[in-house]
Amino acid sequence: MMKRKRYLSIILLLIIGVLPVVAHAEWSGNVSAKVSGFKNDALADNQESIYASFSIQPRYSKAWDDDRQLFGFELFVRANEHTPSTADIRELSWIYSDNEWEFRAGIRKVFWGVTESQHLVDIINQTDFTESFDGEAKLGQPMLNLAIIQDWGTVDLFVLPGFRERRYPHEDARLGFPFPIAEADARFEADSEEKHVDYAVRWSHYIGDWDFGLSHFYGTSREPRLVPFGNQLLPIYDLIHQSGLDVQATLDNWLLKLEAIRRDGAGREFIAATAGFEYSFFDIQSSGVDIGIVTEFLYDDRDSKATTPFQNDTMLGVRLALNDEQSTDALLGVIYDNDGNGTVLSVEANRRLGEDFKLTLNGYLFTETKPEDPVHAYANEDFVELELGFYF
Amino acid sequence: MKKLIPVIILLILLPFNVFSQTAEERGLEIAQEADRRDTGWKDMTANIVMTLRNKQGAESIRENRTRTLEMPNDGDKSITIFDSPADVKGTAFLSHTHVKKSDDQWLYLPALKRIKRISSSNKSGPFMGSEFAYEDISSQEVEKYSYKYIKDEIVDGRDSFVIERFPEYEKSGYSKQVAWLDKEMYQPLKITFYDRKNTLLKTLTYHEYKLYLDKYWRSSRMEMVNHQTGKSTTLAWQEYKFQNGFEERDFDKNALKRMR
Repeated sequence: MMKRKRYLSIILLLIIGVLPVVAHAEWSGNVSAKVSGFKNDALADNQESIYASFSIQPRYSKAWDDDRQLFGFELFVRANEHTPSTADIRELSWIYSDNEWEFRAGIRKVFWGVTESQHLVDIINQTDFTESFDGEAKLGQPMLNLAIIQDWGTVDLFVLPGFRERRYPHEDARLGFPFPIAEADARFEADSEEKHVDYAVRWSHYIGDWDFGLSHFYGTSREPRLVPFGNQLLPIYDLIHQSGLDVQATLDNWLLKLEAIRRDGAGREFIAATAGFEYSFFDIQSSGVDIGIVTEFLYDDRDSKATTPFQNDTMLGVRLALNDEQSTDALLGVIYDNDGNGTVLSVEANRRLGEDFKLTLNGYLFTETKPEDPVHAYANEDFVELELGFYF
Repeated sequence: MKKLIPVIILLILLPFNVFSQTAEERGLEIAQEADRRDTGWKDMTANIVMTLRNKQGAESIRENRTRTLEMPNDGDKSITIFDSPADVKGTAFLSHTHVKKSDDQWLYLPALKRIKRISSSNKSGPFMGSEFAYEDISSQEVEKYSYKYIKDEIVDGRDSFVIERFPEYEKSGYSKQVAWLDKEMYQPLKITFYDRKNTLLKTLTYHEYKLYLDKYWRSSRMEMVNHQTGKSTTLAWQEYKFQNGFEERDFDKNALKRMR
C-alpha cells in the first residue's frame, strides 16, 4: 500500500513537472485515465472486478543537420490502483540518415508484418502483457541497426544487446495465467543468459502492388516456454532461429496478406502462418463512411502443443470508419477455434472529443471455451475498458 | 512554283483548321498549356492549415506539412505529416501518384511504428473529415480528365476560360467539374463539382495567388463549400518553399518512418 502511494506521488510529480515543459513544440504525448470492468467476480480473492489506472506517455523529438540526424525519447508510465505501477523507456534513440543508408542506435521499437489478428513475423521487441491483453504493447529494445537502402530494396541489419523479459500480468490483476509466472526465476538456454546478444536481418521491398519482407532472427526467443514449477509456471527462454516472410498485395479495394514463420529451437521446429484478406467499401452512398471486411486464417503446426491459442482459428472482422470530424472508428472482431474449442469476440472503438481528447472503448467476450484451448484460461474474464486520453 | 502550291494551300487552310478545332480539342489544349506552364518547379514544401466548419459554423482545425517532388514522366510524389489534432500527430502519408495506373499509398502510424500500404481506391471519400475529397488533393495530371472548352467569362474581374472536365479515372465521386481558368496565370479561380447524379455538390474558390520563382502561381487560400450539407473547409497554404533539393530517396518508406 505504501509502495503504491509512493508510485502515485512520483507520477503526479512527473505530470506536474513535465506539463509546463511539454508546451514546447518538440514535445508531444498523452495523459490518460483508464477503467476496466469485469463481468464476473474474480476466481481469486486478491483480484477485483473494477480496475482503474493513469498513464503518461511523454515524447520528445528533435531533428537537425538538415533533418539528417534525429533524436527521439519516449517514456511510458502507468500508475495502477490495485497492482504495482509499471514504466518503460520506449525510445531513446539517435538516427543518422544518408542517401544510401541509415544508422539507428539506442532503444527503439520496430514493427514487421502486415496481418491484423496476430503478428508472427514481428520479433524485435518484447511483448508487455501488463499493458495490454492482446499483445500489441511492446517494450523498448536496445539495438544497433544499419539500413542499406538500394533500388532493389532495404536491408536492415540488427545487433540486439540487452534482452528484455516478457512482462506478465501481476497476480492481483485479471487476465493472468491460471498459475503465477515465476518471472524472477526465469531460465535461459544461452550461457550468457539475458546478456546474450541477438542478431536479425531483414530485406524488404515493394514491386508495383506487392510489398514484402524476408527476415531471419537468431537469439533468445521473445516467447518463453512455460513449464510447471511447484505451483507456478517457469518461463524458459530458448535460443532460436526464426525465419519470417510477410507479403501484402494491394489490389484496388482488396488487400491480400500473408505472414509465415519457421522457428527452430529447444530441439524442435515448427511452422506458423496467418493468411487473409481485407476488402473495403469506400465512401458508401457518398456518406464518407468506409466499411472494411477482414478475414484471416491462423495456423500453427504444433497444434495442441502450441503456446498460442491460435493454432487453427479463423478471424472475422468488420472495420468501420465514419471519416467525420471526430475521426470515429470501430473494429468488431471474432476469432473462433476451427475445432470448436473457443470463441473470442472483441470490439474496439475510438472517437475524438473536442480537439485534444480521445475516448477509446475496448471489450472482450470469451465464449464456448474448452479446457483443450489456452483461451479457456480467460473463460471468466469478459471485460470492457474505457480510456480517456488528453493529447498534447 | 509548282512545289509551292501545296504550301500556299496549306497556309490558306491553316486559319480554318484553328477555327474548326472542336471544343474538346480546345479544352485539352488549354489544360496542356496550364500543365506546361507549371512544369519545372522540381520540389516544394508548404504548411497547410485546414479549418473545418459545420452547418452551425463550429470550427475545428487540422494542421499538416507537405512536401512534393515533381516527377517528369509520372505523377508527383508527396509526403504529408499531420501536426494536429494532437492524437494523430506524427502520422504521415506517402503517396506516389501515377498518370496511368492507380497511385501507391502508405500510411505511417507512429504509436505502432507501423507502415501500412493502403488502398488508393478511395477517391471520393473525405480527406481528414474535410470537404476536400482525396481526388481533390491528389496530383492533377492532364491525362486524368477529358476536357471541353465552353466559353470565355470574366470572374471577379479576371478574364478566364470556362472548361468542363470529366474524370477518366475510376471511382470518382464526380460526373463533371467546371473550371474557370485565369487567362494570365493559367491557374483555376473557381471549380464547381457535380456529383454522380449530376447535381451541384461543391464549389472551390482560389484566393490570394502569389508568384514564386518568377514563374509559378500558387493560391494561398482555398475555400471549399459543400452545397448539399452546408459544411465548408478553408485550406490556408503557408510558407511555400521551392527547389529544396529533394530526391526520390526522400519519398520512400524509410523517409516516411523518419518524418517528424
